[in-house]
Amino acid sequence: MPAVNVKNYQAPPFDRNEILRYAGARSPSPEIENLLDECLNLVRGETAYRVCFTQAPVTREGDTVNIGFIKTNSKNLAKRLENCDSAVVFAATLGIKLDRLILKYGAAAPSKALMLQAIGAERIESLCNLFEAEIAQKSEERNRKIAPRFSPGYGDLPIFLQKDIFLMLDCPKSIGLTLNDSMLMSPSKSVTAIIGLKNA
Amino acid sequence: MKITEYAKEHIIYLDGAMGTMLQAGGLKPGELPERLNVTHPEKITEIHKAYFDAGSNLVCTNTFGANTLKFSRDELREIIGAAVHSANSAREQSRGGEKWIALDIGPLGRMLAPYGDLDFEEAVKIFAETVKIGAECAVDLILIETMNDIYETKAALLAAKENCDLPVFVLNAYSEDGKLLTSAEPGAVIAMLEGMGADAVGINCSFGPQKLRGVAEEYLRLSSGYVIFKPNAGLPQVSGGITRYDLSPDEFADEITELLRSGVRMAGGCCGTTPEYIAALVKKSEKLAPVPVEDKNITCVSSYTHAVTFGKKPVLIGERINPTGKKRFKEALREGDFDYILGVGFAEQEQGAHILDVNVGLPEIDEVDMLTKAVCKLQAVIDLPLQIDSSNTEALASALRRYNGKALINSVNGKAESMKAVFPLAKKYGGLTVALTLDENGIPETAEGRVRIAEKILAEAQKYGIERKNIIFDPLALTVSADKNAANETLKAVRLIRERLGCHTSLGISNVSFGLPKRDIVNGAFFTLALGNGLSAAIVNPDSAELKKAYFAYCALCGLDDNCGDYISFAETLPDGFAAAPAVAAEPKTDTDSRSELQQAILKGLGEKAARFTAELLKTEEPLGIVQNEIIPALNKVGTDFENKRVYLPQLLMSAEAAKASFEEIKRGAPQNTSTQKCRFVIATVKGDIHDIGKNIVKLMLENYGFAVTDLGKDVPPEKIVDTVLSLKAPVVGLSALMTTTVPAMEETVKKLKIAAPWCKIVVGGAVLNKEYADAIGADKYAADAMETVRYAEEINRGL
Repeated sequence: MPAVNVKNYQAPPFDRNEILRYAGARSPSPEIENLLDECLNLVRGETAYRVCFTQAPVTREGDTVNIGFIKTNSKNLAKRLENCDSAVVFAATLGIKLDRLILKYGAAAPSKALMLQAIGAERIESLCNLFEAEIAQKSEERNRKIAPRFSPGYGDLPIFLQKDIFLMLDCPKSIGLTLNDSMLMSPSKSVTAIIGLKNA
Repeated sequence: MKITEYAKEHIIYLDGAMGTMLQAGGLKPGELPERLNVTHPEKITEIHKAYFDAGSNLVCTNTFGANTLKFSRDELREIIGAAVHSANSAREQSRGGEKWIALDIGPLGRMLAPYGDLDFEEAVKIFAETVKIGAECAVDLILIETMNDIYETKAALLAAKENCDLPVFVLNAYSEDGKLLTSAEPGAVIAMLEGMGADAVGINCSFGPQKLRGVAEEYLRLSSGYVIFKPNAGLPQVSGGITRYDLSPDEFADEITELLRSGVRMAGGCCGTTPEYIAALVKKSEKLAPVPVEDKNITCVSSYTHAVTFGKKPVLIGERINPTGKKRFKEALREGDFDYILGVGFAEQEQGAHILDVNVGLPEIDEVDMLTKAVCKLQAVIDLPLQIDSSNTEALASALRRYNGKALINSVNGKAESMKAVFPLAKKYGGLTVALTLDENGIPETAEGRVRIAEKILAEAQKYGIERKNIIFDPLALTVSADKNAANETLKAVRLIRERLGCHTSLGISNVSFGLPKRDIVNGAFFTLALGNGLSAAIVNPDSAELKKAYFAYCALCGLDDNCGDYISFAETLPDGFAAAPAVAAEPKTDTDSRSELQQAILKGLGEKAARFTAELLKTEEPLGIVQNEIIPALNKVGTDFENKRVYLPQLLMSAEAAKASFEEIKRGAPQNTSTQKCRFVIATVKGDIHDIGKNIVKLMLENYGFAVTDLGKDVPPEKIVDTVLSLKAPVVGLSALMTTTVPAMEETVKKLKIAAPWCKIVVGGAVLNKEYADAIGADKYAADAMETVRYAEEINRGL
């Protein structure tokens, strides 16, 4: 079985504009700015930044792409992984505390829940960016480069591939991430994805 | 010999990793290791035998993931049967010594509701299947391990306790911060597990022994039973696609032996450990005398995050979640408006309560259902322990079962009937019980009489196996205006119970001042006196200034407040007695100037101000007038601005929340017939989907526009939606789905509604939907946002 690595990160820098974009408020009023500040305070200490990942060879048989024991006929993924001979499969999560906060304010103040949701979206994307940048840098050192991350549910890559990724990474044990029958992840602010690796 | 007998005089050695051994033996990626029990029993036997030969007294069957989520019932039976058989063969083949076999149970890999979609009872059922088969296969004990969610741990332990008489050991996996992934501290975990009767508790997996040392020491400090330690072989180092752990067998053994000296009584290894590690551990520690286990005599309750201990600082139990004498609360209960109840809980938490009493009894409602739901909703979002308060035994049982922690149970008394009803529940679910010192003959007048009842209650509790530390007494505060000695006797009883029986006490403070003017003054003084007499806890309104003054001053005076820090922070929140009333800060002028203050507050989304201005207006104006002339115009303005993209969604929501605060203020004065009530609107997130922010936004807007909203929550089965629409004769229903995978559930719901309730209009929304999709699944309307839903609902309302 390929070894699964687990890494904890420090909080990547916050991108206010990105959060406001997720919240649907590009040019915010002072009240919205206040709301954002308040929510950033609530989030402090309530997020983890955990990633588990493994590396596996990429092989092709006809239309099928194999990554370890992940098999798919997705054309979009095949295209993304063009020239790649291996791939990093990873899962990232912000942990359950943020879900609790969102649930709490979902009842008490939906405006806060909305803003917290937006913060969560920005956080998890920032975490994925951080992780991907790290892989890119390591690849560069070896004269290799990456094909940016691609997730189940994007394009024609079936969301049901989540199941295989979860098996491969043992997400519940590695980072406390679980999957239900609707392919929904808990904690909700989580991402699984595949990053291709190829010669530069 | 039973393992629990042997453990009294000996250190128990557990086995090391199974997974590590199977991977070394060539387990393929994606292959379920439990299947090897059937396909390669000889390999499994070999691993168990190697551990027995290395000195393990206890091996765990290869059944970590053996449950009905992963296997069919028949295959599960075969897998567990083969697993136990392999372990038995290994035991027969290995040399001498006392040896036991544990049925190993790991986590289900699914998150329990409300964060995931696995129902608690469903989890209990799944664990129960595994336990039953294991017990039939005659294992010696059950070992629950690697649990990182306290609620799932409870489900597993409950299933074990309900389906066999075997000893149960429970091991949890901790994160870097020394808590479970779902943020429980060791104290909370231990309180719940020991309360429920786990025979040993401990730590496994997670990290190596050094990194878990702090958690292990916390266990030794707090646990009154055997502590198990089964860490990894250090930290994993991945190189060349292979994982190695950084501790050698000898280093591992040194670390563990150190903790055996400090009191750990059962030890083994997890990931990365092999029979060599166990052999090294046994060799290094076999001459050690086991450290005797001490009862720490801790009286506590716990939430899913932390424990609250009695006997240190006084404990404040918030009393506001209770309908007695509260019109608005009763209305919320009748309507199933849990948001209101949660709001009361949030407020109490903000005001400094340590525990929340939950009483939702009303003659006309189903208390079993209501209490259980209230407890579940509260514990999803408030991390304070709960005091479950009901005289309905069935409601108590149902709520205790679902409670995520060790609850405070309110209450039992000296009547035989009461003890017979409550004690079995307290024993089974592991609560701390409040015992009232009254019995068939009523409340004794004297303190001595109340102490005699307390003694009787303790004796009876003992028969159920309930320890003294798990009872606290309420010697009952009676009304001093009716009997001048009432307070004196209660205070004396508090002291006698503490001194003579060694038990803690709790009092409902405010009874004492009944019938007197300015009751708060008397309550505060009585609270101080009671604390001085040794009172450990009080049921109070945490918003009462006098009680808080008494509490903070007492803590400062009795050495319970370092540098008087809490007192000073509290004092700073109090208005200066000589200052004028705080002036409302002048608002900058804006284009909304011509509008009233209330309208401005709503437009800006300032909830507190909106409530305050509403209260002001209510002194001079009719409620209906305020709604029509102030609130609705403001809402309309912000709604139109949103539709015209002049304001953004967060702003719309803030305004809606401010309007809601204003409505609340109006309702407080006159709960009924306040607004121009429109038709019923049933709303739900469909089955399989647990996203509800969008749904909550729509609900908030609909409520503001006067619709009677019935919110069924998230992950709602089609049948429940249909039944609700039928029973309420609702003319319109709103369904939300965020995932492509849950749209089929929406489609099914639409179909069922069209057949059962053809009159009912269906509006759908959510991230994955669009008009075409909505048409295709047969919905009447696709709404892109909350305002569009409101407009559609108004259209339907007009047509009625």
